Amino acid sequence: MTYYNEMYEGKRVRDPYARLSDWVDTMPDDFRQMKQAEAEALFRRIGITFAVYGEGGDPDRLIPFDMMPRVFEQNEWRKLERGIKQRARALNAFLRDVYGRGEIIRAGRIPAKLVYQNDAYEKAVVGVIPPRGVYSHIIGIDLVRTAKDEFFVLEDNCRTPSGVSYMLENREIMMRMFPQLFRGNRIEPVDQYPDLLRRTLESVAPQKCEGRPTCVILTPGHFNSAYYEHSFLANLMGVELVEGADLFVDGEFVYARTTQGPKRIDVIYRRIDDPFLDPLCFRPDSLLGVPGLMDVYRSGGVSICSAPGAGVADDKAIYTFVPEMVRFYLGEEPILNNVQTWTLWKDDDYRYVMENLPDLVVKEVHGSGGYGMLVGPKSTSDEIEAFRAKIAADPSNYIAQPTLSLSTCPTFVEEGIAPRHVDLRPYCLCGDRIELVPGGLTRVALREGSLVVNSSQGGGVKDTWVLSE
Amino acid sequence: MLCRTASNLFWMGRHLERAETAARLLDVGQRITLLPNTEAGYQNEWNSLLQASGTSALFADKYGEITQEKIEEFIFFDRDNPSSVVSCIEKAREAGRIVRTALTSQVWDALNVSYQELRKIEKTPRSRIDTANLTDFTTGHTSTVRGAINATQLRNDGWHFMNLGYGLERADATARLLDVKYFVLLPRIEFVGSGLDTYQWQVILRALSAHRAYHWAYGGDITAGRVADFLILNGESPRSLITSLYEGVWHLEGLAKRYGDKAPTTARDKSREVLEALQARDIDAIFDEGLHEFLSWFIAEIGVISMRVHEDYLLGGS
Repeated sequence: MTYYNEMYEGKRVRDPYARLSDWVDTMPDDFRQMKQAEAEALFRRIGITFAVYGEGGDPDRLIPFDMMPRVFEQNEWRKLERGIKQRARALNAFLRDVYGRGEIIRAGRIPAKLVYQNDAYEKAVVGVIPPRGVYSHIIGIDLVRTAKDEFFVLEDNCRTPSGVSYMLENREIMMRMFPQLFRGNRIEPVDQYPDLLRRTLESVAPQKCEGRPTCVILTPGHFNSAYYEHSFLANLMGVELVEGADLFVDGEFVYARTTQGPKRIDVIYRRIDDPFLDPLCFRPDSLLGVPGLMDVYRSGGVSICSAPGAGVADDKAIYTFVPEMVRFYLGEEPILNNVQTWTLWKDDDYRYVMENLPDLVVKEVHGSGGYGMLVGPKSTSDEIEAFRAKIAADPSNYIAQPTLSLSTCPTFVEEGIAPRHVDLRPYCLCGDRIELVPGGLTRVALREGSLVVNSSQGGGVKDTWVLSE
Repeated sequence: MLCRTASNLFWMGRHLERAETAARLLDVGQRITLLPNTEAGYQNEWNSLLQASGTSALFADKYGEITQEKIEEFIFFDRDNPSSVVSCIEKAREAGRIVRTALTSQVWDALNVSYQELRKIEKTPRSRIDTANLTDFTTGHTSTVRGAINATQLRNDGWHFMNLGYGLERADATARLLDVKYFVLLPRIEFVGSGLDTYQWQVILRALSAHRAYHWAYGGDITAGRVADFLILNGESPRSLITSLYEGVWHLEGLAKRYGDKAPTTARDKSREVLEALQARDIDAIFDEGLHEFLSWFIAEIGVISMRVHEDYLLGGS
């Protein structure tokens, strides 16, 4: 199988990588090792670490950082940007619809069962329209590339996509270590992201808010694997980082406990999942949330970002219908394509998938983080048979996709430099406007031949450049 | 400021100060074992030092008999000992991590580097570490954090909470150390001029990093009255009860001024009252009253102030 190489076309270096090519070719091995160690020391020193659930081991594990950037030309990026914004609009329109009249279901474009019986569908917010009708304020869209002009959306993340701190820190560290690279290349900045995020949150303040809105980030706490990111964003945005116990409900508003008494909160950027938001409304055993929060939310006393219930739009079963949403709500043709997907609750699809398991990737509908999936071509026949039994036991829990020939990008490895598979997650912001900073998080599968880029499964990260014209 | 943030800053200060206290105890204990005439007695010295940090029972349960290696393990490395250097720095760093947004990057950096270095030391074979390295390591890093706080933190409420933690912890630590050794400071006829008493007083001074400062301040001989005066009532001595408490009062005044009538001031009022009571005494009065009784009173009052800090600021107004 041949893969699209982001940097080389045969022996020729593609245009956006021209300057990087010299930089790589003239870099002595010992210098590279020195810089790699320096980068690691910087990450550890700043405290950017990532704990992996259920692995035990080092709580201060680093996500490996690869110094070789991934580069987009301006015109490549423009097209992606249009596609991402279009998709973000459609996803929010869908959410507005399914918590309202459900036109898309009445029109027969999406089966009612997939929406209304979805675990992520929150009956508690039916009929509640959040400010500006925005449900998902930060949408992370995972993209893969298979050819020069072929990008596919692998999945949408409408709840609380993580990783944006890496986009920002990767850039900081690259600029600090290799300033000359940035002088020679005109690279679009990404450091406006925290400001844009704050503006986005402020723009969806509730109607009852008076004066400038007070925003907070709600974290599950410092044991959470993404805690660094929560505190990092709070710091850059200049907002408080709170835990559930710091907030309380009194009458029709939410307040923070401060050393000077209660302080009213208008917008909550929550990094905890729906079931934990409010023990009076969702899981009664949750200690992470704020009792009574949902009542305040429903009566317009506070905004929650993303809105409770937004998860129904990024479900892997709903995913297959996103191109349909673009046509239905926007009257446009999708700019970004989905990966062909077989849904195993359909008999034809089920039969096809079971016959072709060794060639396919199979995922759990509700899984994430690269867990609970089968990569057919990379699995032994025992693994495939074991997975086949799991599918047969509960077909509706699975979808399958062809094994994509993910593009590769040159990456520093033990032996020098070698191609490794990459994906891309840009972060789209939705408030009164739709914004996208030129860049995103490039994840790279560091193991040779591996197609799984998740950091929990041996993936690393790269700085992502968009060249200006 | 969030109550939780204030609380973490307060405890960050306390734990950093506590780590330093632990390291200083280790240094002193080590020094005692190097002197002649103590081969039978040094276990008692260690025991009294453990009592000062309130951990002698824990030590006895876990390790039994006192040896240099066990002591070092216990006071520096042992995570089961809540007052060990490792425990305190880990807790301070954890508190700092929780309130990263309230710390400057220099302070966080200093704190995080201390912790990362500490983990390296933990992995080093014990036979390759000597005690002096451990104390130097601790005082070096805690000083760096302290310096970063002074040089870079905004002089806001967070700064007051951190320093309040430092001040109250230090007042408490000095008082406890004195209390454990109070009998040494009492003039006892059989020891006078024997050299043993002077030596014991030196140990106390050294435990508070104050043996040179003492000479600068008083010159001449070491006497019980002067040592006690230096550590209790001397406003120049950086670890004396009066200096530590004064700093605590100063930061509580700062908070009261900043918050106006938005927060209660019972901690400030109490600390003022204790400070005045301290200022009204001289060292003779303290000896007349009974050193142990005086110190018990003081330790209890510090406890009351800490509790009121929690009630005034750290619980939240719900």
